[in-house]
Amino acid sequence: MLRIDRLSHRYGDGPDVLQDIELTVPDGQLLTLVGPSGCGKSTLLRCVAGLLRPSAGRITLDGEVVDGVPDRLGVVFQDYGRSLFPWLSVRENVALPLRRRGLPRAERHAAAVAMLEQVGLADAARRHPWQLSGGMQQRVALARALAARPALLLMDEPFGALDAQTREDLEDLLLRLHRAEGMTIVLVTHDIDESVYVADRVVVLAAGPGRVRADLPVALPAERDQIATRGLPEFIALRTEVGRAVRQGAATPPPPRA
Amino acid sequence: MSPATVRRKRAGRARNALLGAVGVLVAFAACEALGRSGMVRSAFLPPASEVLVRAVELGGDTAFLNGVGATLEAWATGLALACALAIPLGLLLGSVPAAAQAARVLIEFLRPVPSVALIPLVSLLLGAGSETTVALVAYACVWPVLFNTVYGLGETDPLAKDTLRAFGFGRLAVLLRAGLPSAAPFIAAGVRIAAATALILAVASEILAGFGEGLGTFIAQAGMATDGTRDVLAGVVWAGALGLVINLALTAVERRLFPWAPEHRGSGA
Ligand SMILES: Nc1ncnc2c1ncn2[C@@H]1O[C@H](COP(=O)(O)OP(=O)(O)O)[C@@H](O)[C@H]1O
Ligand SMILES: [Mg+2]
Repeated sequence: MLRIDRLSHRYGDGPDVLQDIELTVPDGQLLTLVGPSGCGKSTLLRCVAGLLRPSAGRITLDGEVVDGVPDRLGVVFQDYGRSLFPWLSVRENVALPLRRRGLPRAERHAAAVAMLEQVGLADAARRHPWQLSGGMQQRVALARALAARPALLLMDEPFGALDAQTREDLEDLLLRLHRAEGMTIVLVTHDIDESVYVADRVVVLAAGPGRVRADLPVALPAERDQIATRGLPEFIALRTEVGRAVRQGAATPPPPRA
Repeated sequence: MSPATVRRKRAGRARNALLGAVGVLVAFAACEALGRSGMVRSAFLPPASEVLVRAVELGGDTAFLNGVGATLEAWATGLALACALAIPLGLLLGSVPAAAQAARVLIEFLRPVPSVALIPLVSLLLGAGSETTVALVAYACVWPVLFNTVYGLGETDPLAKDTLRAFGFGRLAVLLRAGLPSAAPFIAAGVRIAAATALILAVASEILAGFGEGLGTFIAQAGMATDGTRDVLAGVVWAGALGLVINLALTAVERRLFPWAPEHRGSGA
C-alpha cells in the first residue's frame, strides 16, 4: 500500500507547489492523476519515486518510509527519446534495471526478451531505440520499467507525445499488463478521457498550490474497450465530472494558508 | 533518418571532397608557376612538382621512414598519456563541483601557457630525446580532452540520470552509465582536436631540439644543408599528409563508435 501523508513541496524558497496532499493507494490499484498544467503532478510523482525529497510530510510504501528510491519501482517518463539510452540496444535498455537485481547476464537478456515479447517488440531486440517509431520507443520504455517486476509503476504522461491510434493501443497494452502483473500504478495524464478509460480511480489535483480537488472511483466494467467503454453513459458522466473538476481546479484561488 | 537524407548527405560529402581536391590543385599549380617563373630563386622555392617527387622518394627511404615512425610513436604515446589523465580528471571535475572549484585557479593559470613556450624548459629537464616530445605532446593534449570531457558531462540529459536513479543506480553508476556515454562523442572530438595539436607539437619540439631522430629532426637538418629547401618542403608535405590522414581516420572512427550521436545517425547504421 502506498500512503502519502500531508505532503507539501516547494522548490527552493518559492511558493508551495504541493500542499497537504493526502492519498492512500491500495495494492494493485491503477490510479490516474489529472490536473491543469503546472499543478504539481510531476513533482508529486518524483516525490513518490524518491527522486525528490518533499519539503514536508511523508510517503510510506507498505509501511516503510520512502527515503530515497524504493525497491521494486518502475518509472516511465513522457519523453522516451531522452529516457531510453541511445547507445544501448533495445534489449540492453530493457535488461538494464535487472542489473540491480544481481541477475547473471544470460538471465537478464532472457527476461528482457520475454518482456519485449509481451509488449509486441520481440523483433526489435537488437535494434537501437532511435531506429524505432515513437510508439515503439514508448513500448520499450514500458518493457524496461516492467522488466524487474515492480510492485509500483509510476508513469508521467507516458502517452502524451503519441498520436491517437498509438495512444489507444498503448492504453490497452497497459491494461493488459496491469491485469497480468497486478502491480500498483500511478499514471499522470492531462487527457481526461484517458484518465477515466484506464483507471480504477481518478484523482484530480487543483493548481496553485497543488491540492487534491476530487477523488473519484471508476465504476466501469473491468474489461475495457476503446469503442464500447467510451460510449457507456457511466463513462461519459465520469469524464464530464473529471473535466469539470479540472476546470474548477485551474480557476480557484489558493485557500489562505494556516 | 530517411534513405533520401542519407543519400543527400553522401552526395554532400562527395561534393566537398571534390571541392577540396580542386583547392589543392589550384594551390599546387600556383606554387609550381611561382617556382618556375623565376620570380623567386628556385633554391628558396622549388617548383611544387619537384617537392612532390622528393616527398614520394622519401617514402622509400628507410632512415626517413624510421624518423616518421619515431615521431608518430611520440605523438601516440603523448596523446594516450593525455587521455589517460584528462578523461578521469574531466569526469571528476565534471561531476564533483567542489573538485571543479578547487582546480579552477590552477587550470586558468596553466591553460594560457603555450606548450611551445615550454619546449626549452622541458628539454632542459628531460633532455632532447623522445621523452621531451612525449611530455610536451601530453601537456598540449590534456586541455582539449579535459575541457571536452567536462563539457560533454554537462550535456548529460537530466532525464537520463533520473531514469537510472529511479532504477536504483547510485551516483557512480549514473556517472558511468549516463554521463560517460553521453560525453563520449564530445571526448572523441576533443581527442581529434588534440591529435592535430599533438602532431604540431611533436614536429616542432623535434625541430627545436635539432638532433635525435624524427620528422622534425629531418626538417631541421635539411634546413641547415645547402639547397635543403626541397627536403624541408618535402618534410612539410609529409607532416601535412600525416595530419590529414589522422584527422580522416579519427572522424571515421567517431562515426563508427557513436552512430547514435545526432550528427552521425543514419550514416553509420
Ligand atoms: N526544478 C524545479 N525548480 C523550480 N520550480 C519547479 C521545478 N520543477 C517544477 N517547478 C514548478 O513547480 C510547479 C509544478 O510543476 P510540475 O510538477 O512539473 O507540474 P505538472 O507536472 O503538473 O505540469 C510549476 O509551477 C513549475 O514551474
Ligand atoms: Mg508534468
